[in-house]
Amino acid sequence: MSFFNKLKEGLKKTRENMGRKFFEAFKAKELDGNFYDELEMAMISSDMGVTATEQVLEELKSTLPKKKITKPAEAKEELKRILLESIDYIIPEYTMPLVLMISGVNGVGKTTAVGKLAHLFVTQGKSVVIAAADTFRAAASEQLEIWAKRAGVRIISSMSGSDPAAVVFDTLASAKAHNTDVVLIDTAGRLHNKVNLMQELKKINKVVEREMPDADKRNLIVLDATTGQNAVTQVDVFNDAIDIDGIILTKLDGTAKGGVIMAISADYGLPVYYVGIGEQIDDLLPFNAEEFINAII
Amino acid sequence: MSLFENLSQKINHVFSKLRNKSGLTELELKEAMREVRLALLEADVNYIVAKDFIKNVTDKAIGTDILKGLDSSQQIIKLVNEELIELMGSKLSKLAIADRPPTIYMVCGLQGSGKTTMCGKLAKLLSKDKKVLLVACDIYRPAAIKQLQVVGEKAKVEVFEMGQSNPVKIASEAVHYAKDNSFDIVIVDTAGRLHIDETLMEELKALKKNIIPDEILLVVDSMLGQDSVNVAQKFNEDLNVTGIILTKLDGDTRGGAALSIKEVTGKPIKYIGVGERMEDIEPFHPDRMASRILGMGDVLTLIEKAQDAISEEEARKLAKKLKTQSFDLEDYLDQLESIKKMGGMRSMLNMIPGVSGKIKEEDLDEKAMEKTKAIILSMTPAERRDPDIIKSSRRKRIAKGSGTTVQDVNKLLNQFEQMKTLMKRMKSGRFKLPF
Ligand SMILES: Nc1nc2c(ncn2[C@@H]2O[C@H](COP(=O)(O)OP(=O)(O)O)[C@@H](O)[C@H]2O)c(=O)[nH]1
Ligand SMILES: Nc1nc2c(ncn2[C@@H]2O[C@H](COP(=O)(O)OP(=O)(O)O)[C@@H](O)[C@H]2O)c(=O)[nH]1
Ligand SMILES: [Mg+2]
Ligand SMILES: [Mg+2]
Repeated sequence: MSFFNKLKEGLKKTRENMGRKFFEAFKAKELDGNFYDELEMAMISSDMGVTATEQVLEELKSTLPKKKITKPAEAKEELKRILLESIDYIIPEYTMPLVLMISGVNGVGKTTAVGKLAHLFVTQGKSVVIAAADTFRAAASEQLEIWAKRAGVRIISSMSGSDPAAVVFDTLASAKAHNTDVVLIDTAGRLHNKVNLMQELKKINKVVEREMPDADKRNLIVLDATTGQNAVTQVDVFNDAIDIDGIILTKLDGTAKGGVIMAISADYGLPVYYVGIGEQIDDLLPFNAEEFINAII
Repeated sequence: MSLFENLSQKINHVFSKLRNKSGLTELELKEAMREVRLALLEADVNYIVAKDFIKNVTDKAIGTDILKGLDSSQQIIKLVNEELIELMGSKLSKLAIADRPPTIYMVCGLQGSGKTTMCGKLAKLLSKDKKVLLVACDIYRPAAIKQLQVVGEKAKVEVFEMGQSNPVKIASEAVHYAKDNSFDIVIVDTAGRLHIDETLMEELKALKKNIIPDEILLVVDSMLGQDSVNVAQKFNEDLNVTGIILTKLDGDTRGGAALSIKEVTGKPIKYIGVGERMEDIEPFHPDRMASRILGMGDVLTLIEKAQDAISEEEARKLAKKLKTQSFDLEDYLDQLESIKKMGGMRSMLNMIPGVSGKIKEEDLDEKAMEKTKAIILSMTPAERRDPDIIKSSRRKRIAKGSGTTVQDVNKLLNQFEQMKTLMKRMKSGRFKLPF
């Protein structure tokens, strides 16, 4: 199934819910105050946030007359264009060896994403090893071990409570010894206001830098599509600590739309790498901005 | 500046034009309410809920003499605040207890919302004077059963599991088992599910029908955005939930979902989760939640930017942690970080009621603080949470990692212990800080 179809299927309910709101706005006869009110409601209800919504509406209001657009249906295309601009980024191609560190707040779907990513790389013929660097949450490594088994990849874990950086060190040593293509690092969930836990991520980054200086290293933050405006702060603080390269947006199979990434992508110039649309191993898709917006509006 | 001050200022600004007039016009009131609305939306209060709220408060304000009063802006904020508190439930709501044991609680919600952790917290809380059984009904998520077992071990509570068999069967068996073994309380942990997943929602309905729980608790992540209404509405429609639990409030989310969910379900918020440890559970306080939604609970901003204005409440919280000894090295480190941001130890200690004025200059050494920080940073999270496990080999490792000596590590640990004891007796006289 193509990205579009799968995402559309995942977003079907979302669409029925939210898409309808957009749809109603675009059914209006003219571009009046009512039309913009409806649009505002649709955008805010998708978690785009007040500021981003106002910005987008401003832009729409100023470009529509310039382009002599008077029909809501055409305005819709214009809106899509504006939204697309804020999230359409080119992701630099991976080079091997590749090290992906997956971080984010509690319960967003990091471990699941690591399992799905392992599977994705395996289907692309890559060798993969996973570092179980969440040494804190109850049964975290057991959970990841099941995913590693499903994906058929190696995993390095250690006793619960041990130093995450040490697990990463061991994993990198193993990757070097086996000439492994991809290293996936799962980390413990941490709320971004815990300063010391953010330091831990820095430490892991340092270990990777030191042990595999020539590898392609990327830090991906996992955001839960159901999260509201707090996602902006999450990205802000994680990015401050470890330089985020991109986003994985999970749980798009629900009715939440993850509109908050519009604001984030635009403000931080951060591309969305993947989206999660379920709990199965192949429920992770590379992100496609255009189809994402098409599926929402 | 916290967002609350921000909001207050904005409203003040709206009103500043009428210094020498007495009272407000309705138009001015509308403008002020626009600011309130934006604040609510920024806090993730649902669009429609916010709209209704604003309409109600505006109507109320018009009906009273606020518009004629002198300090209108403060009164508006007060009204908004009171209305929020009112909506979120003005009295504490306890968990129901069955006439005949066992009392059964069923815990449900979206994936990753914090159900399993909350089951453990409730178990620990209730097991103080009750015999509690945890039941593992999440047969889908990898290692979910194992996770509940670990949580159960931490809470020192028995866990009932039957592997990946049918959840309805597991729960029924568990209730039998609880009856036979005179358990008082049964807490059923269920798998996370999307509210639109009809198959899994049916499973919950079947569970409910079979075990007839005394409480059906919906666990909700406080970071939830606009979708919170859809989630809460559907769970409530399908299951007629009896209470809400909000998790992850130890973060800096404004938590507007609390208001939305209360609005659409009408069900009381019973507990909140404030961390990953088993003791991180608190009863829900509507007043605190209200100020948080309006932006007053933004602790980080407060600490960063309001050097002199740290709220009494925050200071009291810290003092309480110190006194009850639930203060660990993790908190200590957080504290050191905040101290740095706030411009040093002195100003910070001055904010703790009962401490100000009792500190001498020589007690405060910023360099030693850096060393302390390095040592704590070289500990594992488990060590920070429970310094008692740091035995000799660990001390060596920590010293090496932080570029200090074992003596330094020993010193810190001893002094941390001492400090905790001293802090408990903080009321009396001056004390020495461990750095
Ligand atoms: N519906 C849905 N659930 C997901 C998705 N990704 C993860 N989950 C679920 O979310 C919960 C938390 O996931 P986990 O990977 O353990 O999160 P972590 O704490 O960030 O590592 C689990 O129940 C997962 O099955 C997704 O894309 N869609
Ligand atoms: N910071 C914080 N983390 C929490 C809280 N409650 C749960 N968590 C974390 O959130 C993640 C998901 O929790 P879990 O209990 O597995 O959620 P479930 O999928 O709903 O059972 C785990 O990493 C927990 O440690 C809380 O109140 N605060
Ligand atoms: Mg995890
Ligand atoms: Mg669970």
